[in-house]
Amino acid sequence: MPHAKEKRVLFGWRDIQGIGSLERYRKEGGYATWLRLMKDKQPAEVTELTKASGLRGRGGAGFPTGLKWSFVPNNLGKPKYLCVNCDESEPGTCKDREIVEHLPHQLLEGIGIACYAVGIQKAFIYIRGEMLEGYLSLKKAIEEAYAAGLFGKNIDGTGFELDIVLHRGAGAYICGEESALLSSLEGERGFPRLKPPFPAVSGLYACPTVINNVETLATLPVIFRMGVEEYAKLGTDKSKGTRMVSLSGHVNQPGNFEIELGKVTFKQLIEDFGGGVRGGKACKAIIPGGASAPWLVPAEHYDVTLDFEAIAAAKSMAGSGAIIVMDEDTCVVGATLNLVEFFHEESCGKCSPCREGTQWLVQILHRIVHGHGKPEDLDLLDSVCESMLGKTFCPLGDSATVPVSSSMRYFRDEYEYLIKEKHSKVGPGSKKAAVV
Amino acid sequence: MQTQEVFSSKLQAEIRELMAVYPKPKSAILMALHRIQEELGWVPEPAQAQVAEIFSMPAEDVKSLVTFYYMYHRKPMGRYVLKVCKSISCYLCGSEPIIEHLEKKLAVKMGETTQDGVFSLVGSECLAACTGAPCLQVNDRFVENLSAVKVDELLERLRRGDSAYPAANTSWQPQE
Repeated sequence: MPHAKEKRVLFGWRDIQGIGSLERYRKEGGYATWLRLMKDKQPAEVTELTKASGLRGRGGAGFPTGLKWSFVPNNLGKPKYLCVNCDESEPGTCKDREIVEHLPHQLLEGIGIACYAVGIQKAFIYIRGEMLEGYLSLKKAIEEAYAAGLFGKNIDGTGFELDIVLHRGAGAYICGEESALLSSLEGERGFPRLKPPFPAVSGLYACPTVINNVETLATLPVIFRMGVEEYAKLGTDKSKGTRMVSLSGHVNQPGNFEIELGKVTFKQLIEDFGGGVRGGKACKAIIPGGASAPWLVPAEHYDVTLDFEAIAAAKSMAGSGAIIVMDEDTCVVGATLNLVEFFHEESCGKCSPCREGTQWLVQILHRIVHGHGKPEDLDLLDSVCESMLGKTFCPLGDSATVPVSSSMRYFRDEYEYLIKEKHSKVGPGSKKAAVV
Repeated sequence: MQTQEVFSSKLQAEIRELMAVYPKPKSAILMALHRIQEELGWVPEPAQAQVAEIFSMPAEDVKSLVTFYYMYHRKPMGRYVLKVCKSISCYLCGSEPIIEHLEKKLAVKMGETTQDGVFSLVGSECLAACTGAPCLQVNDRFVENLSAVKVDELLERLRRGDSAYPAANTSWQPQE
């Protein structure tokens, strides 16, 4: 059941029994929007309308979707490709998985709209290897749609042709970075590539390529069904529409919620949607956009609204929409170590500032957490972060410094206490208390 | 040297079909390795050599993929691979005590397989089930909102066999 305060647009059909099947999806009116667009509108008009809707990428960067499409040149004489980024791996984020498991046809219809707009005849869905259930759900949906003539040649008599290839990754966070995704899809290690050239010009197989996130694409059918103007009325001036947020961590009711951008504060999200912090505790810190986003603290940021601009003004980022809540008993140094261990584990190894830097951060944090920290370690952490920031090949290295610098900004006293007293300020191993 | 035939000719044909799906055949290699692992339970070196031959690439390049991507197993695994998420949301909700509980219950450490070959216990980075933390996967199928009691029930259910969690193939062993 949707939460009473949700604004369900993308998830309008989420709870309809059997909506994952083609029959039910079409009964609700699914695919009609795309098929009508292909008859009523020129591709360029669809791109313009998408720009007008204000839709921005929901994968992390928030780049305007229609604008991204418009960068694809038409005159290179090469095939054009769409790569659907379903490599959802940013810690805290789990909304794309819910979309592919429950609304596979809505994603496929969105892919149809995007491909029609850009003139693409082949789309690849790059789904995380770990999402076996999502893969099976999509596989079935694609088979059904092909059997109904919705993909392949001359779709619904329009002359438009589109093929969809479902492709499994095999476990590597870096493949969510768009250029690494392309390397992986070409059968290589998932190493990021230098930009420029940008994928719009030279992407998959050196051909013009659009890479869009699952949620972004799944929003398209709804935008065109309700009307671009109606959709653009939602949200704020620059952050239009709705988006999914994944609320996790120390809240009573974690979940994926669809919210209108700019209309909900962190306090409302945690208290109204999440049922408050677990055990009646106080909120200590919030990660507002996945593990790569700088932390926020309730004293300063509880009333910040959830939209791209407001979170950026608070010196963080809306990122993937993953909001992770830590309660007052959390050892922030332990949580920071956990986050940095993630980036260390997932560093692809291509460039040394990231490969070596993440290793150093883990080592230093590890000894602090285990009571062997030295007073000079805090300066050392600062200096390692400084030698990584802006000097790594792709944003993963930058991201690895974020939990360190932002937790030290707000909780330096806890680091100092741990180094001096050899145990956490919040008591021995707050994490142990979590066992149910 | 003759390459040892490790996987079936049916699977070889299937891999060739996969190669034809992509504009460049090499793109099919991750999918091919997944299928091989489904058939053999892991991706042993002779299988890497055989796949290298199909894709006309050096076996070392296949190995570089098998080592880069976490999901490919380079040793035989148990019938149920229990993959426990260690990342932030699960960590905050108690993944460490869950891992300790599993280690105790199964008498193995992370990365090991039980002597009877039923369970392998491995760790994982974020599995995208953060709202159901702590979570694990049984052969890539999710089990969420774990507690010690729920883990015990799960292990019992798997020992008896549970159609919701198909057991992996573990048939392939190196020839002496």
